[in-house]
Order: sequence, then C-alpha cells, then structure tokens
Amino acid sequence: MSPKRTLATWTTALLAVATLASCADSERDGGDGEGGGSEDAGTFIFGAAGAPEMFDPYYATDGETFRITRQMFEGLLGIEPGSAEVVPELATEWTPNEEGTEWTFTLRDDVTFHDGEPFNAEAVCANFERMFDQNEAGQVAAEYWGYVMGAYANDPENSLYQGCEATDEFEVVITISGPTSGFPTMLTLESLSMQSPKALEEGDANGIAAEGEGFSFPAYADAPVGTGPFTFGEFDEANGEITLERNDDYWGDTAKVSEIVFRVIPDESTRRQELEAGSINGYDLPNPVDWAGLEEDGNSVEVRDPFNILYLGLNPEANPKLKDLKVRQALYHALNREQLVQTQLPEGAAVATQFMPDTVSGYNTSLEPYAYDPDEAKRLLAEAGAEGMTLEFAYPTEVTRPYMPDPEKIYEALRTDLEAVGINVKVVTASWNGGYLDNVSGEPGKYDAYILGWTGDYDSAHNFIGTFFGNLKDNDFGTDVMPWGKQLADDLKAADAIVDEAERGAAFEEINRQIMEEYLPGLPISHSPPALVVGPGVEGVIPSPLTAEEFDTVTVGGE
Amino acid sequence: MLRFVLRRLLQMCVVVLVLSMLLFAWLRSLPGGPVSAILGERQTPERRAALEAALGLDQPLPVQYQKFLQRVVQGDFGVSTKVLPGEDALDVFFTRLPATIELAVLALLLAIVIGIPLGYFAARRAGSAVDTTTVIFSLIGVAVPVFFTAFLLKYFFAVEWNLLPVSGRQTTGIDATRVTGLFVLDGILTREWDAAWDALKHLILPALALATIPFAVIFRITRASVLDVLDEDYVRTAEAKGLSTAVIRSRHVLRNAMLPVLTTIGLQAGGLLAGAVLTETVFSYRGVGEALATSFREKDYAVLQVLILAAAVIYVVINLLVDIAYALIDPRIRTR
Repeated sequence: MSPKRTLATWTTALLAVATLASCADSERDGGDGEGGGSEDAGTFIFGAAGAPEMFDPYYATDGETFRITRQMFEGLLGIEPGSAEVVPELATEWTPNEEGTEWTFTLRDDVTFHDGEPFNAEAVCANFERMFDQNEAGQVAAEYWGYVMGAYANDPENSLYQGCEATDEFEVVITISGPTSGFPTMLTLESLSMQSPKALEEGDANGIAAEGEGFSFPAYADAPVGTGPFTFGEFDEANGEITLERNDDYWGDTAKVSEIVFRVIPDESTRRQELEAGSINGYDLPNPVDWAGLEEDGNSVEVRDPFNILYLGLNPEANPKLKDLKVRQALYHALNREQLVQTQLPEGAAVATQFMPDTVSGYNTSLEPYAYDPDEAKRLLAEAGAEGMTLEFAYPTEVTRPYMPDPEKIYEALRTDLEAVGINVKVVTASWNGGYLDNVSGEPGKYDAYILGWTGDYDSAHNFIGTFFGNLKDNDFGTDVMPWGKQLADDLKAADAIVDEAERGAAFEEINRQIMEEYLPGLPISHSPPALVVGPGVEGVIPSPLTAEEFDTVTVGGE
Repeated sequence: MLRFVLRRLLQMCVVVLVLSMLLFAWLRSLPGGPVSAILGERQTPERRAALEAALGLDQPLPVQYQKFLQRVVQGDFGVSTKVLPGEDALDVFFTRLPATIELAVLALLLAIVIGIPLGYFAARRAGSAVDTTTVIFSLIGVAVPVFFTAFLLKYFFAVEWNLLPVSGRQTTGIDATRVTGLFVLDGILTREWDAAWDALKHLILPALALATIPFAVIFRITRASVLDVLDEDYVRTAEAKGLSTAVIRSRHVLRNAMLPVLTTIGLQAGGLLAGAVLTETVFSYRGVGEALATSFREKDYAVLQVLILAAAVIYVVINLLVDIAYALIDPRIRTR
C-alpha cells in the first residue's frame, strides 16, 4: 500500500521542511485559524476509534472494520434498522424443508455488484464456496465462519454448511448438516455478506497467508466489491481516513450523503473535542459521563437498546468453594445491582435476570432478579460453611466495552458489596490484552471470579447462553466440574436443533430458568445501552441494538 | 574519518542485534499477546491454540527468534496485527515516519530558533531581571511533563478558542496530493497551498508541545556555554585587539560556545521520539510515536519490534552525525 521511499527523497524533504517550518512562526499571524476545512454538506464524517483490519468482511473480526464494510455490503438476510429483527435483504424469502436442513432462498432480481457483475444464484453459491474453501491461514483468520459453521471444506463432517445449489437464476438451496436456531439468522452476519465473484477471483480473495506473527491479506482485501449503498473510495493511511462513495446505481433508495469519511481518532476525549470543533459529525461509544454535556452542546446522543450482558463469572475449578450452589447464591444476594445500575451505568441500563437481554427469543419473562439481601447472603454463607471465604476477584484495565463503560468503577461497587457480607476479596487486575482474557479463558481459568460480558452477534438465544455454556470443555465458567455441566450443554444443543420456532423458544426459556434457579454458573449483572453521538444538523441515524448502523439514511446539515 | 564512521556503523549493528534479542524475549515474556487482542471475548482455549499455531507463537522462543532473524535478513519484518493489519511492519514504519519527521523537525527548529538567541541574550545580561525570568521559564519547560503541556495547548488553542485543529494531520475533505508523505512539503511541491497551510496548522500545537523540553535544554546550555566563553582569555584578547563586537560575537564567542550546544541538539533530537509518543497520542497525530503506543497496547509484536529497532538506529545515527559535525567544527577532534 505504501511505497518505500528513497533516502534522497527523505533528505530533500527534511531540508525543505526545515526551511519552511522556520517561516511558520512568522506566518502564523496571517491566519485566522477558522477550521480550514471545506464543509461539504454531502459528507458524513465519523470518528472511528481504530483503523480497520482490512475491507473484506469475511476475514474481519472487529467492530471498527464492520462499521465500514456494512455500508458497502449486504447479506442474504438483513436486520430491520433499529431492532435485532431479521428481514429480507438480498433474499426476499426463505423456506426450510421439514427437517430444517435444506433452505430455499428466493433472491432479488434487480441487484448488481459495484463492478457491474450481476447478483444471482450463481453468485451466491460462488460466495458460499469461497467461504467454505479456505487454506490453513484462512481457516483461522475467518473467525465468524468458523464460529457459526464449525469447519471448512477439508473437514465437511464437522461443518454446518453442506452445500449450495443454484436451482434457478434467482433461487438457491443451501444445505446444512442439521437444524439449528442460528440458521438462517447467521446470514445477517456482516462476515457472510455477498461479494462480487469476479472481483473475489481477480483479487485472489482467498490468498491469505500467515506471515510472522500476523496475517497478510490478498489484494482483494483492499478493493472490496459488494452490492450496498456505498462503494469503496480510498484508504488514506497517512491521514487515517477511509472514504466511501455513494453507489448511485443502488437497487434500493440511494444514500442521502454523497460520501462517508471514517476518520481514525484513537483517543475518546479527542473524538469528543473534534465533534465539538465541528470537524467530525459523530462518533461511537461516547463515555456515559459525557452524555448530558454532549446533549447540552446541541449534539444528539443516540442510545441503542441494550443487546448485551455484563456478568460476574465464577470459576469452581479455581475455587472449590464455588461448587456449592449456596455460596454462589450468597454472592448473588450480596450484590446491590439496582444501585450499581443507577450509579455506574448509563441511563437505560437494566438489572439482568438472566444471561440474555429481553429482545432475544427464548428470554424468560417470569424470572425475577435475585434480591439484594446481605442478611440472606450471610445466612447462606454460614450454611455452606464459607463465612469469610477468600475470593480472588479480577477486573480488566485498559478497556471499555459496550456492556462495561468503566470496568474499574463497576468492579469497585461489586467488591464493596461482597466485602460487606464478610467475603475476603483478593483484588486482581490485568490489562485486557495483557493477560486478562488469557487468565479468564485459560484451561483452567486462573481467577475465582471476574467480570466479563458479551454483545450478541444476532438474534439467537444460542448466541448468548450457547456461547457461555454450550461447549462443556472450553468455557469460562468451569461447568465441566459441575454435576449438571454436561446436562446443560446437552440441553442447549437439543434446544438449538428444534426446528419449530415457538417450541425452540419455550425450550430456551426453560433452560434460562434452570440456569438461574438450579445451576447459577455465574451472576448476570446488567444490560447496558451503548450510544453513539452525532453533531448538530445530523439526522437520520437509526441506532441499532447490534451496533449495526447503516448510514445511507443519514443527512448532514439539512436545516 | 571513513574508518571512524565505519567503526561506528559496525557498533550500531551489534547494538541493534543485541537489542532485537532482548526486545524479542521481553515482548513475549509479557502476559497476554496478539492472540487475545485479536480474539477478544470470543477467545476459547481451542481458538487460542489454533491462532497461536497459525502465527507460529506456539514454538519455543529461540526457534521463533531464529525464524524472525531469517525473515529480517530477507527484509521481512513481519506483518502488523492491529496497527495496520496485514500490512508489512516496515511499511507501517515508513507510512508513519514522515509525520514524525515533520513534527520533530519543526519542534527542534522552534527550540533552536528560540532557545539559542534567548540563551545568548540571557548570558549577555546575566543576573538581570530578563535573565532570571527566562531561566525560570525554561525550568518550567523541563519540569512539566510533555503530555500535560500538550493537553493544555490543545485545550486552550483548539478546544476553547478554536484557533487551531484539535487532532490529526489534515482536515477531512482537503484536496491533497501525496508525494513524499510530508504533508506540508507535499502541499508546496504540488502548489496546493491550502493543503500545505492546513497541514502546517495541524503541526503547530504538537510541535510547540514537543519543543518545550529541547527548548529548555538548548536555552540553558547556550546560556551557560556563552557565559563560559565570555570569560575566556581569547575573547579578552580579541577585545583588546580592537576587533569589532560583531566579529568577536560571531567568530569567537558564538562559534566556541556552540560546541556543547551542538551535542545537546543531537541528543535532544534522539530523545524527541520519547516525547513524540506522548505528544502524538494526545493529538491523535498519526506518526511513529502514536503507532508505538498503539502497538504496545494491542500487542502488535511486528510493528513494535520494527519501531523500537528503528528508533534505536535513528538514535545511533543522529549521534554519529553529531560526532561528525563536532569534528567539522573542532579541528582537534578530527586529528585524533
């Protein structure tokens, strides 16, 4: 991407800048310093927290990348703006066979890729075959496919995806190994978006390689071609800006702005200052303490419905006392979660009654939150013979997540509550990338207790509780040492395979009840609404619980 | 002279090799790593193991280091995992370098242009109120942490008074052609004056912040050195000979006083990178320093290695240049 420069250029450059810069001081008086930017009414400038990984959503793993690719790509299935509900996108309808293993998708017949290639059944199958057939590096890099499909072409027995057949120009049949609640909802995942088969081939899209400590991506990853309302413009690495341009041939309503620019500004307070200076039009995840101030200054804080869960994880492998249900219940009763939600979390946050938010099907509405009851906690601890027990309780530093805006403050509140019922809390901390996650997810995990959470990928109970407890060997709650651990994993698997939606929902509701009343493998704390903020004059942003905003409806400086 | 330079270059190679070894071992001994930075909440022991194996992180350290060296010999410093994923780490460095050069050069120039005359002036009027004031001022320059200065400058000039840009290198939407990557120079070369002026405005605050420490040091050394020289016999002799003040000042005082100042400037230039990490982070200025901070936070091994090794090379080279300049100014050193 960047040309290597010769020494000669550098030397010249140095000298020239030296001369120039020395004049800078005297020249300064000449300027009135009025921003200097050309305020193009047709450009929406968004402050991104980090650089994108690359632009092929298939290999992408992080939100900063998806936010950009989401404007350019579409999947067979989409998400209703402002909700987590699955709606038609490139496919207009889909029907399973009786066993839920063969899914027939009817496709839109008026779509072309940005490079002019037609979107049809053949293109869909080419995409699935491309995603399925990955080399060794690709299999590791393509996290989302691996996560939802389980395997690749070299291991078809363990793969959910079994094949794709174009039965008509605009009709495909996708075969899967067995019914699961995740399919076809998983087709809303940004990673499984449809890309131009011609561009994929020409850019050697599958030519990913592991090199040194990272992956090197093929040419295609820098020149993505989708069907969405925006096309790829350029990535100015030196200035940290990604430009997307409006696709005037878009099959739906064309976007309102002619350009979106994502400007990388890693520091949160700097993003806020840039918004106030008017040099960006919005940014994601403003600190909840700033919400009121931002609103006062004429910005709008767009609060999303919470689609996440913050929990206090417990690990009976590290501390055998936690094997006792009474101890786990005692810890839960010790926590004043109502107060935590009110003092430490943004407006709109809620106390959790189970391991998933209420927008997900399978949520059990009859569950009540465990009451804050320190006396009951003490009584239970005494009954279990665990008064004054020591608990190694950890929190992460150098991180904020949508479900925990300030880990340290949340932790302090929880710790105080635990100590109030006589638990001897041993404070442990590590930075997010500096060992915290390793220690939580190690086998066995190192901490007795920890705070962590999850933001849903799509509307599926299995994406929440299945992720937490479905894999008996590899989960952060050490359920494999609990007598009910295997039962829970099996039940989750069985519920996931139920074809009938209502029946499946009921099964997950029952599992949620069991988890909370009989097992209590961890302590769900809260659901927290992440927000994004846009400056004055910006309209049409529809906050998405999945943080999957599409900017084609946005206008800038309209009035 | 040539032998002197060659010997120093050889020393530099040894320094870099030893440093690379220490760096390699140190980075990997830190808890966490690129794998957890990539996987986040999605991390499970199984996925960790797969990713570690794919990236070769599961192998014994000496084997990893040997492979690293083999690749480096072929000019391959590895691939970035987070700063600019998929990109050659050396390219990341080269993409970021111009930004830091622009910043450092401007900062150093500001420090020199203000520091030397002020130091000279203060020395000539040693003990006066002006002298005392400037000395105190320079003390503050050394004592206040760079990031704090940066933060204050940003807060007042950019946020409160809206006189200069808050962050970055160029305003979004400015039509700018990239030639060298030095934005100000690019604007001049392509006659895009708006772009040049805009880039320069983005440079002023970070450069001022970064200049505070070298300014203070250069000022104080100049002052002390001029004071010393003014007392020298040869200055008195020159005065006695009836030479004009201008000649005495330029040929006898300044030239001799400049020796220690030059060394200081060289050392300060090398040390600027440390300040750049903080300044660039505060201003979200996309230079080497900001990349260094990001790569450390995200455990981007390849980029971190390249940046630290490059910083070492730059430091050594700058010192070498200072030594050469020293030899040119002071003939006694040349003959040694």
